[in-house]
Amino acid sequence: MDINCFIEAFADLFEETEADAFSPETHFRDLAEWSSLIALSVMSMIDDEYDVQLNASELRQANTIQELFEIVSSKKS
Amino acid sequence: MSNPFSLKGKSIMVTGASSGIGRSIAIECSHMGADIIMVARNQSRLEETLSMMGEGNHVMILTHLEIEEELDNLVENITSLDGVVHCAGIAPHHPFKFVSRSKFEETFAVNFFAPALLSQKLVKKKKMSKPSSIVFISSISGNCIAASASTAYCSSKAAIGGLVKSMAVDLASQGIRVNSISPGAIRTAIFDSGQFSEEDIKAEEQRYLLKRLGKPEDIAYAAIYLLSDASSWTTGSNIVVDGGYTVL
Ligand SMILES: NC(=O)c1ccc[n+]([C@@H]2O[C@H](COP(=O)([O-])OP(=O)(O)OC[C@H]3O[C@@H](n4cnc5c(N)ncnc54)[C@H](OP(=O)(O)O)[C@@H]3O)[C@@H](O)[C@H]2O)c1
Repeated sequence: MDINCFIEAFADLFEETEADAFSPETHFRDLAEWSSLIALSVMSMIDDEYDVQLNASELRQANTIQELFEIVSSKKS
Repeated sequence: MSNPFSLKGKSIMVTGASSGIGRSIAIECSHMGADIIMVARNQSRLEETLSMMGEGNHVMILTHLEIEEELDNLVENITSLDGVVHCAGIAPHHPFKFVSRSKFEETFAVNFFAPALLSQKLVKKKKMSKPSSIVFISSISGNCIAASASTAYCSSKAAIGGLVKSMAVDLASQGIRVNSISPGAIRTAIFDSGQFSEEDIKAEEQRYLLKRLGKPEDIAYAAIYLLSDASSWTTGSNIVVDGGYTVL
């Protein structure tokens, strides 16, 4: 799994936030555009792209994109 | 004095009786005197429902409702029914951008095709008494409002809206009444799937005129009305039970 592809797919879920706002250290919940609909989109994207089913409480454990990436990687292996 | 809401002597099938609203419907109908045929997949949860029910000749039939052969077996096992409540359902969340044919099909299999085909088979095999009552547990979602990331769910519940009216027309001459109940948010497993925090729920309660979410019994009592002789002149209708949510 490549973090850059992950960040690209993650950024693609946002309409207004510019691509350069996303890095491994981004605290995604602090982004102005973050919403419950985007949270559901993140779970759907991870299911579609990585075949990993995250539930809402697993998603809540991650604060940064890096942390989320690690949760997905660990569930995949 | 006889009670027009009594279900004494009536044989009633309840799908989704292992949890939430369906469980409450099975329990409350048993207290009104009905014999209940409980349908779902999980035996231990059905047994838990049974342990909470009033006296009567109750049975459980384990069925995967999305599998057509299992619907046929279920119908084979039935002698005759005075009422059916279609309550089994799923509510997956998929943002519209991420829906697919398979995700639509998965939701429709349980929420639309199962109750539609089970009803059809019961009618065709002459298992519905004359008179009898078929009740669909629909939702305000898809019929009055929509929630986010719910296109598959809302579409399946809107389809039930059309089915109910049309079935009512086709089945009136056989003495079969067909109605639906559209609940607002009820605190059950479907609702508590970890997606909402206690804070979200408190905020949601404020959006209800009656300042609380629904309880499964709120829906069970409406089902009792639709199953009983009290509703003899009610068919093709939808009863909204939503704490006043949709009038605001
Ligand atoms: N809760 C709400 O806020 C709300 C609001 C509006 C409408 N509704 C509707 O009310 C109905 C009941 O919801 P609930 O909140 O009580 O949900 P729930 O607690 O999750 O119960 C769902 C029931 O459906 C059964 N079921 C699901 N898939 C099945 C399948 N493939 N085959 C057989 N049984 C299946 C489950 O039994 P097993 O797992 O044992 O099979 C369970 O008994 C649903 O149709 C829902 O759309 C709920």
